[in-house]
Amino acid sequence: MQSGSNVFLEGLRQFAPEAVPGWALMLTAAGIGVAIVMGLVSVNAIFSVWLERKVSGHIQCRYGPMYVGWHGWLQSIADGVKLLLKEDMIPAGADRAMFMLAPALVLASILGAMAAFPLMPDVFFADLDLGLFAILAFSSLTTIGVVMAGWASNSKWTIFGAMREAAQVVAYEIPLGVALLVPVMVAGTFNLREASALQSGMWGMDWFVMPWNNPFVLPAAVLFLVAALAETKRAPFDLPEAESELVAGFMTEYSGIRWSFFFMEEYAAMFLMSAVGAVFFFGGFESPLTALAARLVEDPRLIVPAAEGGMRLNLGSLPYQLAAGTTLLLKTFAGIFLMMWLRWTLPRIRIDQVMTMGYKYLTPLALLCVLGAGIWEAIRHSWLR
Amino acid sequence: MAVTPSQAAPHHGDPQPTDAQRAARKGAQHAPGTPLSQFGAERVLPSGEREVALDVRTSDMEINFGPQHPATHGVMRVLMRTDGELVTGAQPHLGYLHRCAEKIGESVEWLQYLPYTDRYDYLAAMNNNLAYSMAVEALLGVPIPRRAEMLRVICAELNRIGSHLVAIGTYGLDIGAFTPFFYAFREREWMMALFEKICGARLTYSYIRIGGVFNDAPVGWLEDVARFCDTFEEKWQEYFDLLMVNQIFIKRTANIGVISKEMAFDFGLTGPMLRGSGVDWDLRRDLPYSLYGEICRDKAFGIPIARGEMGQLGDCWDRAWVRTVEMMESVKIVRWCLQHIEPGPVLGDIPKTLRVPVGEVYVGIENPRGELGHYVVSDGGKIAIRVRVRGPSFTNLAVVEELLPGALVGDAIAIIGSTDIVVGETDR
Repeated sequence: MQSGSNVFLEGLRQFAPEAVPGWALMLTAAGIGVAIVMGLVSVNAIFSVWLERKVSGHIQCRYGPMYVGWHGWLQSIADGVKLLLKEDMIPAGADRAMFMLAPALVLASILGAMAAFPLMPDVFFADLDLGLFAILAFSSLTTIGVVMAGWASNSKWTIFGAMREAAQVVAYEIPLGVALLVPVMVAGTFNLREASALQSGMWGMDWFVMPWNNPFVLPAAVLFLVAALAETKRAPFDLPEAESELVAGFMTEYSGIRWSFFFMEEYAAMFLMSAVGAVFFFGGFESPLTALAARLVEDPRLIVPAAEGGMRLNLGSLPYQLAAGTTLLLKTFAGIFLMMWLRWTLPRIRIDQVMTMGYKYLTPLALLCVLGAGIWEAIRHSWLR
Repeated sequence: MAVTPSQAAPHHGDPQPTDAQRAARKGAQHAPGTPLSQFGAERVLPSGEREVALDVRTSDMEINFGPQHPATHGVMRVLMRTDGELVTGAQPHLGYLHRCAEKIGESVEWLQYLPYTDRYDYLAAMNNNLAYSMAVEALLGVPIPRRAEMLRVICAELNRIGSHLVAIGTYGLDIGAFTPFFYAFREREWMMALFEKICGARLTYSYIRIGGVFNDAPVGWLEDVARFCDTFEEKWQEYFDLLMVNQIFIKRTANIGVISKEMAFDFGLTGPMLRGSGVDWDLRRDLPYSLYGEICRDKAFGIPIARGEMGQLGDCWDRAWVRTVEMMESVKIVRWCLQHIEPGPVLGDIPKTLRVPVGEVYVGIENPRGELGHYVVSDGGKIAIRVRVRGPSFTNLAVVEELLPGALVGDAIAIIGSTDIVVGETDR
C-alpha cells in the first residue's frame, strides 16, 4: 500500500499532458476528491431517505413511496427539488447569522469527517494515520452546529432540543471512543485501510470481532452500536428531535434546504458510524468475495511503482478494488438497515435514562472492555514472543 | 411518584404579560434587525444599564404545550412551567374545539340531535349514540327489540376496541414507538369497514338511534364480525409484545403519573383511568344497561383491574394495560352476542316527530374513556329543554394538572397520553 499517494493525483499525472504544472494537477485532484465526498453525502442522503421510508413502510404493513419511479425510488429527488424551491424562512427574533450558519457548520463538519473515509482500498481522498480519530473529531463538531441552531432559533422547543443534544452527545462521546479503542488495540493502528487489511486472513473472515482474535471486541461492538445510535441521534436516542415531545427539537424553526442539511448530516453520520463499525469490527473491505477477487487479479494494488520510476495506475486491479468497495458498502448499509430497524421498533427512552445509561453503564463497561482487551493483547504478544 | 393534594404545586395561571411583551404581540410584522427587547421584557437597572429578559430561557420557562403539538391528541393547550427538563407547573386550557353541542341539543329536535353526539368523542361514536338514545328512551319508556339490543352491544363493543386501538397506538407514538400505531390502525381499518357495511359511515355513524338501531345488519355481516374477532385475537398479541412487555416502554411508563385510589375518587375519574388505579368499577356490570346484565350473569366477560404489576398501582403502565386487556374482553362480549343473536325487528315503534314525556333523567354508560352521561330534561315538546353531557375525557383531564408538576418533559407527554382524552369531548 502506498500510504499518502492519492489515486486521483497519480491518475492525473499519468494521463495529463506534460505541459500542465504540478500544482494544477494537485488542485484538480483535490477538486475531484471534494466532488466525490459531497456527491457521496448527497447520494447517500437521497438513497437512505428512500430506504428509510421503504423499511419503515414494510415494517408497518404499508408500502412507503410507490408513485415517483419504480417503487418510488425518485421520491427523494422530487422531495429535494421541492425543498430547494421552498421559501427560506428565518423566524423573527432569530439570531440571523447563527441561524444561517448552523446548518452549514453541521454539514461541513460531516463532510470533513467523510474525507477520511476510504471508498476502496486504494481509492480515497485523505489517507490519515489518525483516520479514525479525525472522523470522530469532525463528527463531534456537528454538536456545535446543532446547539447553535437550537439557540439561534429563539424558540422554546429548539432550546430543549439543543440542550438535550449537548448533554447526550457529551455523555456518549466517551463510550463511543473508548469502545473503538478495543479494536484499535487489536489492530495497532488508527488508519482505516490498514485496520481493514489486517483482517484479510482466513479468506477475509478473520475479523476483529471474531472471538479467536480478542473476546473483548464483541462486547465492545455492542457498546459501539448503542453509543453510535446516541451519537447519530437515532431512535431510541432521538431525544434532540423527539417528534412527539419537542415538535421537531432543534430543527423546529428550520424549513426548506436548510432543514434538509440537517437531514443530510443525519444520514451521513449514520453512514460514517456504520462504516467505522464495519471497518473496525466486521472486517472492513475483507470478505470471501474480496479474498477471491484478490486471488484472481495479478496485483491488487491500484497504484504500482512504474518501471521507469514514479507511479502508474494498475487498472487490472479494478475487479479487486470494486469487490472490496462493494463489500464495505454492503456492510455499511447492513448497519444502516439495523439502525432503521431499531428505530421503527423501539420506543424512545427518557433523557435521564439516556444519561444514566451513558455514564453509569456504557462508560464503565467500555473501560472494562479496554482493560480486558489490553490484558489479552499483552498475554498474546508475550506468548507469541 | 405519588402526589397528594397537600403536596400539589401552586396554581399556575396565565402569566401576566409585561407591557413590552404586549407590544411585541401587537406588532406582528418584525423587520429584520428588530431590537431584542421586542421579544422579551426590558427594564432599566438603577445603574442605568438596560436589561433584556428574553422569553426563551433555561430556567423557569413558561411553555405552551399545544394547541398545535403532535402529542396533544387534538387541539388542547397545556401551559407548562419548566425548569430545564423538569415540569414545575401545568394548567390545561380548553375550548379550542368547542362547538356548542349542549346548546344545539336545546335547539334541534330529539332525533336531529343524534348526529351531534357522534362528534363529541369521535373515536367512539357508537357509544355516544347509545348513551344519548338510552337517555331519551328512559323518558320515553319504549321497549327496545332484542335484536336491536344485540346489534347495539356488538357495535358498542367493536367501537370500544377501535377506540382503545387508537388509545394504545397513539400512546406508543407519544412514547416514541411509531410502528404499533400502524398495527393498531390496520385492525381499526377493518373495524371501520365493518361499520361502513352496516351504516355507510366510517367515523360518525348515527347508527344506534332512539328506539333501536337504524337498520338490520346486511347479509353476511355477522360472519364478518366473527372473522374479525378471530383475527383480532391473534393480532392482539402483537400489541402486547410490542408495547406492554417492551422494556423501554415499561421504563417509560411504570411508576410515572401514579394516581392513588383516593385521588381517583377525588377527581371523579371513570373508565380505564379508574380501573388503572385498582378500583373495581365498571358501569356495564355495576349499573347494567342494555344486555350487559345478562352477559354478566353468563360470566361472558371479565373486567381487567390493574394490579400494579410493573410498578406502583395506578401508574401509566397500568392504565395502558387496562385498555389493552379490555379489548380482549370486548371481543368476548361480541362473541357472546354473535352466539345469542336471533332474527327479529331492529327498530321500535318510534314516530317521525318525537314528543318526549315531561321529565328529567340522567343515564350514564361505560364509554371507552369512562362514564358518558346525559342529563336530559323534557317539557313534553319536540325539543329538549336541556341536554347536559358529562364527558369522561373532560373529567379525566383534570388530573393532569395534579400529576404533571415534578415530572420530566418526556414524562409529561406519557402522562397526558395515558389519560387518553379526545378533545372533541372535553370541549364538546
